[in-house]
Amino acid sequence: MLQPFSYDYMLTALWVSTLIGAVCGLLSGFITLKGWSLMGDALSHAVVPGVALAYLAGLPFALGAFTSGLLAAAAMSFVKLKTPVREDAVIGVVFTAFFACGILLISLFPAQLDLKSIIFGNILAIAPGDVLQLVAISAVCVAVLVLQWRDLLLFSFDPNQARALGLPVRRLHLTLLFLLSATTVAALQAVGAILVVAMLITPGATAYLLTDRFGRMLLLGSALGAITAFAGAYASYFLDGATGGCIVVLQTAGFFLAFVFGPKHGLLAARRANRRLCLVRPSLEP
Amino acid sequence: MTPASDRPLTLAARGVSVTYPNGHIALADATFALPGGTICALVGVNGSGKSTLFKALMGFLTPSAGTVTISDAPVREAQRRGWVAYVPQTEEVDWTFPVNVHDVVMMGRYGYMNFLRIPRAVDREAVADALRRVGLWDLRDRQIGELSGGQKKRVFVARALAQQGRVILLDEPFTGVDVKTEEAIVTLLRELRAEGRLILVSTHNLGSVPEFCDHVVLINRTVLACGPTSEVFTAENLQRAFGGALRQFDLSRSTVEDHDGRQVTVLTDDERPLVLGQGGHLEYRDRSAHEKLVAEREAGKELGRGKSSE
Ligand SMILES: Nc1ncnc2c1ncn2[C@@H]1O[C@H](COP(=O)(O)OP(=O)(O)OP(=O)(O)O)[C@@H](O)[C@H]1O
Ligand SMILES: [Mg+2]
Repeated sequence: MLQPFSYDYMLTALWVSTLIGAVCGLLSGFITLKGWSLMGDALSHAVVPGVALAYLAGLPFALGAFTSGLLAAAAMSFVKLKTPVREDAVIGVVFTAFFACGILLISLFPAQLDLKSIIFGNILAIAPGDVLQLVAISAVCVAVLVLQWRDLLLFSFDPNQARALGLPVRRLHLTLLFLLSATTVAALQAVGAILVVAMLITPGATAYLLTDRFGRMLLLGSALGAITAFAGAYASYFLDGATGGCIVVLQTAGFFLAFVFGPKHGLLAARRANRRLCLVRPSLEP
Repeated sequence: MTPASDRPLTLAARGVSVTYPNGHIALADATFALPGGTICALVGVNGSGKSTLFKALMGFLTPSAGTVTISDAPVREAQRRGWVAYVPQTEEVDWTFPVNVHDVVMMGRYGYMNFLRIPRAVDREAVADALRRVGLWDLRDRQIGELSGGQKKRVFVARALAQQGRVILLDEPFTGVDVKTEEAIVTLLRELRAEGRLILVSTHNLGSVPEFCDHVVLINRTVLACGPTSEVFTAENLQRAFGGALRQFDLSRSTVEDHDGRQVTVLTDDERPLVLGQGGHLEYRDRSAHEKLVAEREAGKELGRGKSSE
């Protein structure tokens, strides 16, 4: 059972996954409540051409991914501003365009670029330099969230009150967007471009079903992200399967459990409440 | 220029005009000024631009012309100090958010906290006090969406109270709120006025305006009249603001006759009646609280008689 811990590459994969899982889980509370799930999906695809170019040019992959993601975000808000096309359509048009460019690049340089590791992630073969980038990104994200979570909460819940109190609403919006891009870039290595969005949504959605307090929801999301990422990476050793796949399947299982057994919002809780109601007022029974 | 605490509190709008993107001119050249220690009613028909004026005062809508200042400095400055509390007519918040009543009211206190926004004892006290005042203390742990319409409204009134702003803007705080809570809020507003705060409150409940508001701003797409209630709240001005939209009962044309003396009983079901005297001036419910005004009017009548006999 302890066999995975005897390999260096496996140890790295385990702690890096856990770190990324925790950071993504922490942010996922904001992403789900702000309704930015589609945005997260879009950014995770939009970073692909940046990653490809960075590897081709020998630059840090995070730099390329970040630039590409921010360019996509800027393009989305520009198109949205200038046309009456609906937001989801704009996001769809822009991110698929970026993703297509990325795929094209990768297919043009098959020798230097590995399609599979960019799209599906390859935490087992992560380079030491990349680990450093991930740790730096995670540290920044956690620091910003710990210092600013109450401001970000107010901004997400009631932007008008945030403005009435003179908070820099625009800057908070950009901060959240920045955090989303940064964690997307970080998670890219662990689970790949396609599954990043699960890491950024599922833990938050699960935590939402389990608590009614925002602070607890953030911590719970983070813990769920960390645990599932660790367990997923661990399981992938024995299954010899894709790490990203294992992690996300575990997260979904967690969501399913909360969905059924959640203390307040779960299916069973709703049924219990209903039964209690019917006992009080028999006339309500169909 | 920053609004210093020692400068007298004022709220002034000069020539404020607001045009919506669809081209509708909701406000044109609205000008008024209010001193601190005031409860001012903002009165006008539906669509007269009350909410628009509030949003322009808050800087949520950028006026196409005109300026708004608080103590002679831009509103933004005052907001940064947490001076301005605002309760919108309809809250545009996500009611499914995992925050409870207490959390939301605490959001009024952010301006007093350090940048980590960790509540201190004074913040907790202010929140507890505000919650008790609006009768939501027992519901403080409820998730925000699990409240009735009137209770939801009260949460945001409580947040404005907890904020203890020097300027408090309330857009129809009494709509959908029961009489007991309304009275509790009015009592509280009076206390806030006594502390020198400036309160602007829009309402459709005309009868209660003379009861607790010392100033009135009448609007219909511009400021029609503004000043002390006894001067502004007259039949003539209200006629201008509301046109024929007000129901009225004219004693001189009614079956009430002279032998009835001053014995007329006015009943309404929930709203307070607004009673105007001869010539359209305002009549108050309680004579003893307005002896000075009565004396002034007596004197005025003497003067008028003196003139006519010349
Ligand atoms: N977002 C908007 N876009 C365009 N026109 C608007 C918008 N909001 C309000 N209006 C128009 O501006 C005018 C003033 O609206 P406002 O909401 O300020 O009225 P109000 O005095 O608050 O009315 P009520 O008593 O019903 O609350 C109305 O004619 C309304 O139709
Ligand atoms: Mg209104």
